Amino acid sequence: PAFGLFIFTIARDPLRIIILIAGAFFWLVSLLLSSLIWFIAVKASDPQDERLQKGLLIFGVMFSVLLQEAFRFLYYKLLRKAIEGLVALSEDGCSPISIQQMAYVAGVGFGLMSGAFSMINLLADALGPGTVGIHGDSQLYFLTSAFMTMVLIFLHTFWGILFFHGCEHRRWWEITAVVIMHLTVSGLSFCNPMYVGSLVPSYLLMAAAAAWAYLLSGGSAQNLRRFLLCKC
Amino acid sequence: MITFMNNSDSEEEPCNERTSLMSAESPPVPSYQDGLQASEAGEAQAHRKRRAGSSRGPNNITGGETSGSGVPVRESALENEEEELTLKYGAKHVIMLFVPVTLCMIVVVATIKSVRFYTEKNGQLIYTPFSEDTPSVGQRLLNSVLNTIVMISVIIVMTVFLVLLYKYRCYKFIHGWLILSSLMLLFLFTYIYLGEVLKTYNVAMDYPTLFIVIWNFGAVGMICIHWKGPLQLQQAYLIMISALMALVFIKYLPEWSAWVILGAISIYDLMAVLCPKGPLRMLVETAQERNEPIFPALIYSSAMMWTVGLAKPDMAARGPSQQTWDAAEDGREQLRSPSHAESQMSETRSPVPTCPVTSLEELEEEERGVKLGLGDFIFYSVLVGKAAATASGDWNTTLACFVAILIGLCLTLLLLAVFKKALPALPISITFGLIFYFSTDNLVQPFMDTLASHQLYI
Repeated sequence: PAFGLFIFTIARDPLRIIILIAGAFFWLVSLLLSSLIWFIAVKASDPQDERLQKGLLIFGVMFSVLLQEAFRFLYYKLLRKAIEGLVALSEDGCSPISIQQMAYVAGVGFGLMSGAFSMINLLADALGPGTVGIHGDSQLYFLTSAFMTMVLIFLHTFWGILFFHGCEHRRWWEITAVVIMHLTVSGLSFCNPMYVGSLVPSYLLMAAAAAWAYLLSGGSAQNLRRFLLCKC
Repeated sequence: MITFMNNSDSEEEPCNERTSLMSAESPPVPSYQDGLQASEAGEAQAHRKRRAGSSRGPNNITGGETSGSGVPVRESALENEEEELTLKYGAKHVIMLFVPVTLCMIVVVATIKSVRFYTEKNGQLIYTPFSEDTPSVGQRLLNSVLNTIVMISVIIVMTVFLVLLYKYRCYKFIHGWLILSSLMLLFLFTYIYLGEVLKTYNVAMDYPTLFIVIWNFGAVGMICIHWKGPLQLQQAYLIMISALMALVFIKYLPEWSAWVILGAISIYDLMAVLCPKGPLRMLVETAQERNEPIFPALIYSSAMMWTVGLAKPDMAARGPSQQTWDAAEDGREQLRSPSHAESQMSETRSPVPTCPVTSLEELEEEERGVKLGLGDFIFYSVLVGKAAATASGDWNTTLACFVAILIGLCLTLLLLAVFKKALPALPISITFGLIFYFSTDNLVQPFMDTLASHQLYI
């Protein structure tokens, strides 16, 4: 689905593609830094201690989430500057792309990159022979990974919109809400392999974020109804 | 080098010439197009980015290498106006370059992942005489540095040779050289590639069919690249050639040498294009003086100029007002087994009829595009291919390098728009790519692996 989003909404406009790739790049850099920190921590600690390793992992995950949000903020700053530049260059004084579109594209960029990194090795292995969960792990590993990744990509998209909106209007509570949501979702994934604990709340959160973002972007229940009815 | 394509006044007959130059990266030269005469909407305003990318390939002492030189674009009179337009259409041109680079990388990665042949080590080229099979780390490092020095000096020699030839107007020689190298590339390498692919998928093909297929492929390729042909086909051929060259490099360069060479090439590119005495810069300036396009064989151009009323993908011929012409050359080098060393240059010029000629009278719509040297394509693909072949992180590393290279390309294009002269296309992208490769491979990979095994998500 994320790829479909890409094709239908982003691939037309070259500027959006650039913003997408830049968003992916920022996510990548944040991942790099957070894994650097984790790596250092692991090297500095005792490799035998299981609990410590697990603790370090959790710490690494949380830190990574915080870094991702920080980079989202940095990206927002960069895009603001870029918009000013574009406005100056354009003929009629208004930018060819609005900040909301940019927020959307940036969110998709982050999401795609994080999804790709989570899934792609899995997919490559899935092409080969083997049985899922042969050592007593869950048999639904692939399926749940796929769903989790999808929900994460969508969440990144919505968080992008919410985050930028919060920055635009200086509503700090929106930004903190996004950060907390991200932390929650990552934390929930610790419940794996008890999938009920992680997937269901994630989807609920995603639905909530989707509705919120939709409302922020100017939609309303009326629009939705009109859209659905017209099409039918 | 990345250069903007400008319209050149004369029909370029050397359009189809392939010169094998050392693949040098010619710096992209942003050229602004001359103001369009036509009032037709903003179509004519193509953002001209000149990028001369010449890539230099390692020179073979025996053969020539293909190198590209970029030709600086000449500014036309209506610079200011163009400038604005240029930046406006910047995004479009970036995408016009993204797509071929991405395609080339995809082809290379797909081949590396599926065909075993290109990851087996079957010897080294004559350009990298020192072996890397030594027991100690220091020795291995030393050998790779020595290999790099040999390779770079070969490239330098080839480029200087090419520049001299160009300076003294030995066009025939250059043309012949290019044609020979593209011949070799198109026929021999394709044959090997096809053979390996068929082996991998266990598909049988008899010799007559093989002969017909390769003959057609090669003949059409020669015509398309050196002469006229539909833009898309030209672009496709150039991409394929770049991918083949990159595959050869990936196969025959030993590990550490490959990375050191990539780093050294970007430094060399930087110097060759920006220093006043650099060979590429001299090439570009000479071409500018003579108001000629730079060897068409080594450059990928994303746009083309249309002649009046004709839908011919002609590179040259522009209306009286525009004369900027950027040529990006790209040299590809061909590494061959010691028996032949030829350099090939292939230039892809793909005219893109983006602007329809609305008024037939005198205007030629020129869609100025950006030109990128083929060597740049090759080295980008080598980076990504090596990442795909040898990284422990597999797809993560490949993806990271891919994004890094694209971002580097974006930044280079941005710089091009700012500086408006030929700039090297390799340094920024390769630097980013190398940084990301090493860091992803060593740092991110363990992190992601651990996360995935616990099925945690960040």
